[in-house]
Amino acid sequence: MKFLAAHRRSPLFAPSLLTIALVSVGGAYAVVSSSQTAQAADAGQVAIDEGNKLYLTGCSSCHGMQAQGTTNGPTLLGVGAASVHFQVATGRMPLAAPGAQAMAKDPQYTADETAQLAAYVASLAPGPAIPTAEQLDYEDADIAEGGVLFRVNCAQCHQAAGQGGALTQGKYAPSLMEATPQELYEAMVSGPQSMPVFSNGTLPVEEKQAIIAYVSELQDAPNPGGLSLGRLGPVTEGLFLWTAVFAALIGAAVWIGIKAR
Amino acid sequence: MSDLTPNDSHANAPERLGYSPVADVPHALRMADTDPKAARRAERQIAGMFMLSMLLTIAFVVGYMTIDKTSIIYIPVFGDVGTSTFVLGLTLGAAIFLIGAGAIQWAKKLMPDVEVVQDRHDLASPASADQEALANYERGKSESGFARFKLIRRTLIGALVLFPIALLIPLRDLWTAPAGSPSPADLLSVTLWHDGLRIVTDPSLMPIKPEDLPIGGLVSAIPEDLEEVQELEGNMNARTKAAIILVRMDPSDIRAQQGDGWDYQGIVAYSKICTHVGCPTALYEQRTHHLLCPCHQSTFDLADAGNVVFGPAARRMPQLPIGVDEEGFLVARSDFAEPVGPSFWERG
Amino acid sequence: MSEASTIEKAGGGVATYVDQRVGSNKFLARNLGKVFPDHWSFMLGEIALYSFIVVLITGTFLTFFYKPSMIEVVYDGSYVPLKGILMSEAYASSLDISFDIRGGLLIRQMHHWAALIFIAAMAVHMFRVFFTGAFRKPREFNWLIGVVLVTLGLIAGFSGYSLPDDLLSGTGLQITRGIAQAVPIIGTWATFLIFDGQFPGNDFISRLYSVHILLVPGLILALVTVHLMLVWTQKHTQFPGPGRTNENVVGYPLMPVYMAKAGGFFFIVFGIIALIGGLVTINPIWIFGPFMPDQVSAGSQPDWYMGFLDGALRMMPNWETNLFDWWTISWNILIPAVIVPGILFTGLALYPFIEAWVTGDKKEHHLLDRPRNNPTRTGFGVMAITFYGLLWIGGGNDIIATSFDLTINSITWFLRIAIFVIPPIMFVVTRRICLGLQRRDRDKLLHGYESGRILRLPHGEFIEVHEPISIKDKAVIMSKTDITPLPAPERRDAAGVRNKRFHLQNVQHKLSGFFYAENIAKPSAAEIEAAEHHLAHEVALEAPLHAYEDADQIDTFHGGVLHHPGMPQTNAEQMAERTQH
Repeated sequence: MKFLAAHRRSPLFAPSLLTIALVSVGGAYAVVSSSQTAQAADAGQVAIDEGNKLYLTGCSSCHGMQAQGTTNGPTLLGVGAASVHFQVATGRMPLAAPGAQAMAKDPQYTADETAQLAAYVASLAPGPAIPTAEQLDYEDADIAEGGVLFRVNCAQCHQAAGQGGALTQGKYAPSLMEATPQELYEAMVSGPQSMPVFSNGTLPVEEKQAIIAYVSELQDAPNPGGLSLGRLGPVTEGLFLWTAVFAALIGAAVWIGIKAR
Repeated sequence: MSDLTPNDSHANAPERLGYSPVADVPHALRMADTDPKAARRAERQIAGMFMLSMLLTIAFVVGYMTIDKTSIIYIPVFGDVGTSTFVLGLTLGAAIFLIGAGAIQWAKKLMPDVEVVQDRHDLASPASADQEALANYERGKSESGFARFKLIRRTLIGALVLFPIALLIPLRDLWTAPAGSPSPADLLSVTLWHDGLRIVTDPSLMPIKPEDLPIGGLVSAIPEDLEEVQELEGNMNARTKAAIILVRMDPSDIRAQQGDGWDYQGIVAYSKICTHVGCPTALYEQRTHHLLCPCHQSTFDLADAGNVVFGPAARRMPQLPIGVDEEGFLVARSDFAEPVGPSFWERG
Repeated sequence: MSEASTIEKAGGGVATYVDQRVGSNKFLARNLGKVFPDHWSFMLGEIALYSFIVVLITGTFLTFFYKPSMIEVVYDGSYVPLKGILMSEAYASSLDISFDIRGGLLIRQMHHWAALIFIAAMAVHMFRVFFTGAFRKPREFNWLIGVVLVTLGLIAGFSGYSLPDDLLSGTGLQITRGIAQAVPIIGTWATFLIFDGQFPGNDFISRLYSVHILLVPGLILALVTVHLMLVWTQKHTQFPGPGRTNENVVGYPLMPVYMAKAGGFFFIVFGIIALIGGLVTINPIWIFGPFMPDQVSAGSQPDWYMGFLDGALRMMPNWETNLFDWWTISWNILIPAVIVPGILFTGLALYPFIEAWVTGDKKEHHLLDRPRNNPTRTGFGVMAITFYGLLWIGGGNDIIATSFDLTINSITWFLRIAIFVIPPIMFVVTRRICLGLQRRDRDKLLHGYESGRILRLPHGEFIEVHEPISIKDKAVIMSKTDITPLPAPERRDAAGVRNKRFHLQNVQHKLSGFFYAENIAKPSAAEIEAAEHHLAHEVALEAPLHAYEDADQIDTFHGGVLHHPGMPQTNAEQMAERTQH
């Protein structure tokens, strides 16, 4: 990142970064596509069929028989496998009750069923795929760079510490403290609910990896200063001040005034 | 209420100290007043606190010398916390607290707890002092001739009133206008954007092709030459005005724009700086196309020309007209048509 | 020679040496025995003073390491997630204080907590002074100084909040700039002068630094000194109680009791601040990252004392006026950020003078009012606190919304209405509660308190025994002064001359009635005597039941230890005994 910071103003910076991005995306794609065999394709078709059955019983009432969407739910054409996996694996779908937005809860489908649903929806129209292991590998990602990207793209809604925040009319950006790298990635490429899409074209895979690295850093981060107070900022600090701290200070003052026995 | 005022039994009070006990108020004796053993216990307790304080100060010094500043320790309830800060705070806090607690125990248990009474005295000066002061003033007045020398008096007042101006006027150069001496209002009304200037992502400075940005997509973007300008000016002033967000929506969702065809295939660019008091505003809800400011919750509708739908902002979010250049990258087509950021007096 | 006498001898030598040069023994002679009343609520101001001292001590430490510079540097400290990032020197040095200077984070957190405590303690101290009427003659100056101190405290706190140059503090500055820019006519120019041009400029941190470490603390220090000198010369007020009058002070002498208690309390406050500073995170600047004018975090909030301003800004409707398409008046900013706080603080400053004028009260007051005995004042106080509290809630509405499943929009709309409705309701309710308490006081005085013991009289009637209230309670209740509202002015005096000040006096008369007309009068001496007679009778009825009790023991007045006859009982007796030894 030091390198990055020092060379960011170089005229070669943007083109070279773009080249790296293109090469790596293309490379990743080549690896993924070449590993697919005919057998896997058959297995894929089975998954799609299974997914279709699950879809018809569990999802079609809101999203329509052909996933074309109804007044109760948006179309799923083109949302991609990533979106389906994110929504179903985090328990947001199926919806428990109508509300400002779908809430994360215990998933209703097993991992296999979720994959089948994703495969079915992905088969209807092209959309963002479930990220591969390589795409999710953030071992080498630059945490500091991820921090900058997080503050530019994510902190405005999810808060600098990833604790989430309020949106309009009861909607909210959820806390990221429990999110897995896969969910983070899928959310970025699919833009669930209110969240905008951060496509690989404007936020390349390695930048996503850097963001994931930074978020997992935030998830595991210790609190060098002591009790964290939820990392919600001055509001909880003020609350702590007016409750605990003043209880202690006024308690001491009262103790001084009480006559000894 | 005569029975409640203290009687004047100051007879047995130590007059020279200026106070006397409050008479006739029942008073409970303490253990330490009657039982020498209790008094000893109190003494030991207090000395124990001071002793412990000394040990804790030593522990602080030891902690300072030995604990690695980056080490982390798990403490139940507190979680993973910095060892150094935790130990230093605990030892320092307890060492200081115990000095106070000991002193107060001393006062409460061993010093007299008999309330005493002291008279108040008139705050106002006696009449004799008033007269003396007045006489002195009159003497000074006549000796100085302040009343007589009208010219001296008036010029002095004039000089005293005027000279602070000399102290204030140099504050004018807290800001010197750059070359061409534009006014603050002029400077606030222009940004880096101009026709053909590429829009690049922040912070990676990648130019953007329309097809990179899917429907529902959001990009925080800056002008291509922003980093150079920042380098040149040595500050982030240009960034404060030029930061934008790009969002793409289904062109049929766009109900209004600030200018005809200011979008590019459903991609619209709006300032990132709130028109209320200037917070960066990028809480974009892709379904409603609402843009929320996290500071005071002004809400703008980007599908409706950036108009305000909720909150304290009075002005719509300025829109930047965009297009593509010959290489197919997104560019600005001009500067903003109105000043970005918070309102100001000369804005009109 | 014993250790104590060695110290004494040395101390005496110093005292003489100093006295021969500055005449200090005269001061000591007068003041070592100065009496200070003891009450926990008199310690609130001390909390403010002591936390300010802690702020000065820790702040001085911080100045040795902090660099007030906006020059960009590449961070290379111990905090890995920011390594290699471009940031201002101010932020980098704040990170160094937090991670690379041993004890630095402790001191930084102590400084911040102590600052929050300082302002909060001033506020609570001010509540005590207000609700007990301690601001009345002769203490109006000290009230004014107090209001200025609170204002300076806000400036000190805010300027400090902005120095680390992290994303949160920078956002605060950005809002400040927006507010300054909204001031009509001079706003734009003033903002350019303050920031050396456009926001954020190159110089603001260093300018703010001299405000934060020199100008404001200097003024605070000077005013605190005057504040304390006035307390010293005017002597502290006291709560009513047995033996306490408007002409005396009842309490403990400076040396030794008050010295030990006040001095001890300094260490208690200092210790608590150090404990919190070490154990509880405040403002984790490393999480917010360096300030960038186009980045922001959700939930960006100011410290608690500025929350009311943020809340006011949030709940204000978006009004703006354009004059002839030339000039802009931003009511949406001016009203919440300038006009409302202006009215709030001006009203606060002027309140003692307004009340004195309304009530026509020119007497000196050293005995504190009980809040119930001045229902209108107490009502005003509660109303103002409610108003402030609602603004404050507005400042945290996003956190409230996410914590309690509400929407920011509905909270804002609720507050927009509540700010006009709830404070007046609180005024009326508080006033009624106060009047109810006055009635209860009168009852207690006349009928004693209900002992809870039921007595069956020989002829079969059941009564609950009422016992006379303690001497202390009686003194407290009797401390109330009955105030009659000012009489209605005459249009013409007896000689038929027109009263030129009729209208003003009429306003005064009406307001004075508003303040006092409903007050419950204290019972007359005759009523009390009759009541005491009755109570004595009732207690006598029960007397045979107590015959078996140990006649040697009598209770002290509030549940203290039992006393044996022959021991010194009253203060006077005890003091007499002490002075004999």
